[in-house]
Amino acid sequence: MAKELVLREGEVDVSQIVPINRQRVSDKFHAYCKKPGSFTMLILILLATAITLGAVLWILLYTAIQGFANFRFELFAWEHTSSNVSMMPALINTLTIAFFSLIMAGVVGIFAAIFMVEYAKSTNVFVKIVRIAAETLAGIPSIVYGIFGMIFFVRMLGWGNTLLGGAITMAMMIMPLIMRTTEEALKAVPDSFREGSFALGAGKLRTIFRIILPAAVPGIISGIILGLGRVVGETMALVYTAGATLDPAYPSGLMQSGSTLTVYLYALINEGNDFLGEAWAVATVLIILTVIINGLAEFIGNKLKKEY
Amino acid sequence: MKFDLFKKKNAAAPQEAPAAEAEAAPADAFAKSGIKVESAGHAFKTARTGTEHAAVGADGEEKPVKFKVNELNLYYGKFWALKNIGMEIREKEITAFIGPSGCGKSTFLKTLNRMNDLIPDCKITGEVLIDGVDLYGKVDINTLRKRVGMVFQKPNPFPMSVYDNIAYGPRTHGIRKKAELDEIVERSLRQAAIWDELKDRLKKSALGLSGGQQQRLCIARTLAVEPEVVLMDEPTSALDPISTSKIEELAQDLKKDYTIVIVTHNMQQAARISDKTAFFLLGDLIEYGKTDDVFNRPADKRTEDYITGRFG
Repeated sequence: MAKELVLREGEVDVSQIVPINRQRVSDKFHAYCKKPGSFTMLILILLATAITLGAVLWILLYTAIQGFANFRFELFAWEHTSSNVSMMPALINTLTIAFFSLIMAGVVGIFAAIFMVEYAKSTNVFVKIVRIAAETLAGIPSIVYGIFGMIFFVRMLGWGNTLLGGAITMAMMIMPLIMRTTEEALKAVPDSFREGSFALGAGKLRTIFRIILPAAVPGIISGIILGLGRVVGETMALVYTAGATLDPAYPSGLMQSGSTLTVYLYALINEGNDFLGEAWAVATVLIILTVIINGLAEFIGNKLKKEY
Repeated sequence: MKFDLFKKKNAAAPQEAPAAEAEAAPADAFAKSGIKVESAGHAFKTARTGTEHAAVGADGEEKPVKFKVNELNLYYGKFWALKNIGMEIREKEITAFIGPSGCGKSTFLKTLNRMNDLIPDCKITGEVLIDGVDLYGKVDINTLRKRVGMVFQKPNPFPMSVYDNIAYGPRTHGIRKKAELDEIVERSLRQAAIWDELKDRLKKSALGLSGGQQQRLCIARTLAVEPEVVLMDEPTSALDPISTSKIEELAQDLKKDYTIVIVTHNMQQAARISDKTAFFLLGDLIEYGKTDDVFNRPADKRTEDYITGRFG
């Protein structure tokens, strides 16, 4: 049954129209025949695209196939035993660390960004230093954070391996990222909003919290989700702060040690061939988590994006 | 600066006499340019004492002074943007500022509600009085901006509903009751002649409105905090002719209750709607007086050149 054509005001039925402005394949072929240079470039570009896409798909599919081959529902059992190495405790630990590190980094990063954009003058030397420091911190290899966390939280404070130490280390790692993305989001809010608010007699705080932050929310949320992705994916920094054990019991508090999914995966692989199947399954879960997180960031970014 | 002042004073004195003779000739020139100004039919002399351009009427029907500006100088970094401005702006009149781009008219407008404070590296000297009180003295800036509202060149509704846009100002100043806010929203939208168009879409986003509607919404938003003065910085330059004429009509209506200062690039607009016109050039206030006089009998050659389209 043919779908009935719905036309709104100002629209016409274009299905019968033969446009004169369309390039046919043969036209393109003739054009490329005259220019072998462009044709070579086109081939190279297509090749590069294919290699990139191929590599990504290969890794993803290979892992997924191996993961699903070794997939058992018992792997998500609540109880972790040596015969059934459930990943549930590791999953819970991941969520715990992600939650606390995002709260810490989110609050500090967003307030720091508000200071940098709304209060400090752009010519301020202090702001420049903070910005350079943030950029440097964002580029430091994660194991450096791990060593710092180990020396400070584990040794100096004598906490031992704790979820809290891991969460704070993660918070320090993603704080510059959240600060920078929030800064960009705040800068993207047009000055005309600020002027409009000030011209009505509103003060700075009210302008920031009622006008600017709501307008910047999509950008801020995508920054936080990117941070979440980094926490979920982080391994080495957590090995030295939250601890790496193959037998992740449920922690009874934040001052207990516990492995996240990635650390647990690392521990499984270290066991040699015994738990390779389980390792594939964990890897697949991580990939799915990452896809969900990235999709969420994209979705929220697009959904809430406003045209000013 | 001192020297400059002195020179001007000297130069101004001999100009007083021939001003009357010169009245007729520029009127012809202006008529040729196609801009019609209805003559109020009475003689009016601009009192020019050096930097002081006070529009004092011979007919004695002048309204009370709202703003009095004395020897105002403004610098952006090293750039001298406003030079010894002195003028009086009267209550419940429309005062138009005209002049070529970069002449300082918008900058001067913004000194009247201290919007220049937001610009780093902007220094101001001199005195601006509102109802006799120095507004660069010990005043609360937020209270000042509530009294002296502003409408911008580009419509800038907040990314929220029409209702929340209007209610933002009153809420800022402590009004929380729903009934009271409802009343303010309706009153402001009616004053801005946009109530009939928007009454059914108060909960819709203000960003979905047309440019002209957005600008009238911004005017309504400004009126919602019950200001005494409305500053308009080229409010129609981003709008089509129909929206422009609506805003011009609106300005005429609002004059009954508010003091309006409007910056415009459009000389016809200034001639159509304003009571007084000030002509700025390169940071100087060249001429200030009744609109009819400025357009039909400009006292200064540069004003005449500008309004007849010889430059600018």
